[in-house]
Formats: sequence, structure tokens, C-alpha cells
Amino acid sequence: MTLLKLTGITKSFGSVDVLHGVDLTVRKGEVVGLVGDNGAGKSTLMKTITGIYRADAGAVELDGQDILPLDPGARRQLGIEMIYQDLSLAKQQDVASNIFLGREPTVKLFGFIPGFVDKGAMNRQAQQMIERLGARLPALNRPVGSFSGGQQQTVAIARALTFNPKLVIMDEPTAALAVREVQGVLDLIRRLRSEGIAVILISHRLNDVLAVTDRIVVLRHGRAAADLTTAETGMNEVVASIVGGGDTSAAAAHEQQG
Amino acid sequence: MIADGTQSNPWTRAQRACVESLHIRLESLVVLIGLAAVMTVLSPYFLSLSNLLNILLATSTIGVLAISATFVLGAGGLDLSIGSVMGLAGVVGALVAVNLNWPWPLAVLACLLAGAAAGNINGQLVTRAFVPAFIVTLGMLGLARGLALVISNGRAIYGLPSAMVYIGQGRPFGIPMPVIIFVVTALLAHCVLAYTRFGRHTLALGDSEGAARAAGIRVAHHSRIIYTLSGALAGLAGLLFTARVNAGDPTAGLNYELTAITAAIIGGTNLFGGRASILGTIIGALIMGVLQNGLTLMAVQSYYQQMAIGAVLILAVFIDQYQVRRESRV
Repeated sequence: MTLLKLTGITKSFGSVDVLHGVDLTVRKGEVVGLVGDNGAGKSTLMKTITGIYRADAGAVELDGQDILPLDPGARRQLGIEMIYQDLSLAKQQDVASNIFLGREPTVKLFGFIPGFVDKGAMNRQAQQMIERLGARLPALNRPVGSFSGGQQQTVAIARALTFNPKLVIMDEPTAALAVREVQGVLDLIRRLRSEGIAVILISHRLNDVLAVTDRIVVLRHGRAAADLTTAETGMNEVVASIVGGGDTSAAAAHEQQG
Repeated sequence: MIADGTQSNPWTRAQRACVESLHIRLESLVVLIGLAAVMTVLSPYFLSLSNLLNILLATSTIGVLAISATFVLGAGGLDLSIGSVMGLAGVVGALVAVNLNWPWPLAVLACLLAGAAAGNINGQLVTRAFVPAFIVTLGMLGLARGLALVISNGRAIYGLPSAMVYIGQGRPFGIPMPVIIFVVTALLAHCVLAYTRFGRHTLALGDSEGAARAAGIRVAHHSRIIYTLSGALAGLAGLLFTARVNAGDPTAGLNYELTAITAAIIGGTNLFGGRASILGTIIGALIMGVLQNGLTLMAVQSYYQQMAIGAVLILAVFIDQYQVRRESRV
């Protein structure tokens, strides 16, 4: 069942064309790796899915519904979550504030003045989510800027998963992590798949991509240069697609070791 | 699992509890009480009821401006024009009441609308024309002051209707009206900033614009609301001042932005956004009020008071930055 369907996406910034008509489909509960060299357009493509960027041309459909005109907030409500590489956390705010940012539960003050944030409910649910992830945080009421990198990532992941997403986009989630933490993230991706949540994984760490994805889409010069089934491909083919032919055995061997 | 792994001494714990439950910095409260104690020792008049009401009265105009500064700074912006906009709003209100001879509620409304309009222009220029807030509001500082002088021919406008003067000079139950208006405004502003979605989004925007945008907050729209609100509050300050002195004075509010921003920062508002508290700002404004009042009681020349305000501003930012650097090193 097709969850997300991109057709002919183009995007340029001034005179720089970044995407030249990209097609991409993601099925329900599928893990798709999105790889490509720096500047291939991976981040731009993802931002056209979340709505941070508006595609110049092309269509974006979620569950058959055209979501191109929707802003990031509306797309989030439909179930598209993204974990950015910079994590996009408000560093001076606490854990619950970050998890619920833009979606705070509200109560009516004295029963009739609306718009007041239900901080108690926020803290309870934040705590549950952190515990469900099996993560350790110093304290819920501390600014997240005082946490370590891995702990901040936990907050970002908890934020993405709290509102029952259909699709989670992860931009380099393992790039800055210690070895053991990487396995934790990969396990989490597998768990999301088993719960029927689709994942798009952007990564330069091809071993991680080969280990956890069902399909690998290679972006090159703003086009989807290859669409490979992970079970039927290997490091050589992926690396060759990324750099665009030539003798890539040395590069592939190097990646294999990593 | 949530575990508090850091050891903390009683002072740190008290600080944290104070920030979490009351949204104020313990240090600013200590400074205010200490300052009041010193003044009490130095001047026998300080603790008298009439003098305390005087301090509150003198603080009310600056206090409303400081609330405005708290919202804008908390949202990661800057509004240097609030002092000038306050002057412009007062003149506009006086013109409507005196020259046009319209009923006083319209004059009151004119003050607020003139302020909101100036603030909205600031917001439009910052978010649509992408001119830095520092430049836009510095420009508005000149524009609003100039306009106030032009429409009043550079002279104060006298003869306000008595209902309007009551807003500035009336004393129901012995409490000056400006003090009542200031306290009500402050409590409302505190609830909005600390407990509503609007307030949380404001601080998130000041903390990280990228995070706010990714969370689906319409950041440009939100910024425009903040600048408009800032202008409207400056308009309210203009109304209080005009009503109190019974004249639309085009030079009213000169340099008040300096005191207002200082009060906000003493109260714990981060100069670069993301952290702000109205209750803290009130304490900051009271510190400025007590300082000025005490220096006056001790017959210190007012020129020195200007110097004191400037020095306190730099000192407050220094202490704030020192603490941020120390915490981030942990």
C-alpha cells in the first residue's frame, strides 16, 4: 500500500536547480534509505515532504491526498514527522516543552478561558514516552541544551513518535553517535517498521543503510539515479550509483570496512 | 528513566524552585530586598506609605514598557522604538481628545491604536522586508519621535477631559490608577507568557527559529503579532503618562527604552531570546524604581541616575552571560 508518493518534484533556489524531477514512493511500514553525495539534494527533497520548502513543480501525495498546499504544521498533523540532523530543539526549554512544541494540550482556566497549556499532562506523557524508548535523561524539567548529544537525540526522537506518525524521516540520525547508540537507533527503526510506521533514512553511513532498510534510493545531481532492493544489492552497486560509474571497487571496499 | 544525578546545594535548589514555580530569578528578588534595605537605612522617608506608592506610580509607566520589552526580547527580537512610540501615542491621544474634541474613550483607543500601528509597521518590515530589527526599530525611534513633534508643532497639548486625567491621577481606594492598570496588565501578561500556547511559542521562537518553524509555528506571523503587541503596550504607557501629567508631551518617553530593556534583563529575560518572565520583569522594574527613588531621596543629581541605569544594564547582561557560560560548561 503506497503511503507517500512524490512525482516530478523540482526545486531551485535562485539560479541553482537542486531537484530536477524526482519520483519517490514509500509504502506503509517500509524503511527506505535515501543516499547520495553531498549536494545531491537529499535534505532539500525531505524538506519538500515536510513542507518547510514548497516544491516548484510536481506532486506530493500522502495516502492519496494531495498535501502540496499544506504548511508544515498541517502535514505534521497528517502524520509526517522529521528528525533533523541539527535536531531542531529549543535548547532553553525543557523536555516536555520540546516534545509538545506546537501541539501543546490545553485546558480551560476556571472552565472557560481557553488556550492554557496543560503542563501536568505534558510532563506525564513526556515521561511515558521517554520510558517507552528505554532512554535515560537527567531530568524532565531541565533545559535540553544542558543534555548530552545522545540525550538530546532521545528528546528529538520522542517528539517524533509521540503523536503516532505514519512516516518518520531521519536525517543522519547515527552520524554523531557512539557505536552502542547507533545500534539503539537501528533497533528503533526496526521497531517502527514492525509497528507499520514508514521510515525514510538519510545517511552517509552505508553500512547502517544496508543493515536496516528494505529499499535504497540513490539521489544524484537532483535525480533519483537508482532504486535498489536492499536484499538484492550490495555495497558495490550502491557506491557505483552514488558516484555514477567508473571503478568504484576501492571506494566500496573502504565503505565495507567502516 | 528520569534520575536527578547532579548534586545541588540549597541555594541552587532554591534558585531552581523559584524559577520553576514563580518564573523569577531568586537573585533579582534578593537584589530588590537588599536595595530596599539599604535605602531604608540611608533615608528615613523611604519606607513611608506615600513614598512606596510614589515608587509604584513612577514604576508603572516604565513597567508597562518593560512588559513590552520582555515579549519582544523573549521572542528573539528587539524593539528600540518603544520610548518614542509611547511619546507619539500620548500626543495622538491628546490631539483626538483636545483638538478634535472627540469623547475620551476614543482618545484612549487612539493611544493604543497609534502604538499598535507603529509596532505593526516594525513587524511588517522585520518579517517581510527582512530588515534587521535593530535597524527597523532604531529607524522607528526617529520616525515616531519626529512625527510626534510634527503633529504637535513641538509643543505639549494641554486641557485633557477630566475622565482621561482620572486614568493618570485618580486614586480609587487610595491606590493610583496607573498602578492598578500596571498591575492588571502585568498579571495578564504573565499568564499569557507563562501558561498559554501563545507564550510558549513566543519563547520557542526566541530560542530557535528553526525549531519553531519545524514545529509548525508560523514564525513570521507570530513575530508580527509580537511587534504589534509591543507597540500597543507602548501606546498604553503613553496613555498612562499623558493622563498623569495632563498633557500630550511630544518628548515623553525619551530614553525610556533604555530603562525598560534594563528592567527586563535584570528580571532574567535573555537578551537573545528564549527565556523571559513577566514577574521577573516587574521585579526588575521595581529595582530600577527603587534605585531612582533612593537616589532622588538622597538628593543625587539626576544626571548620575542616567549613568546608574546605563551601568546597571551592562552589569545585568554581564552577570547573565557569566551564568550562561558557567552552566554550559558543566
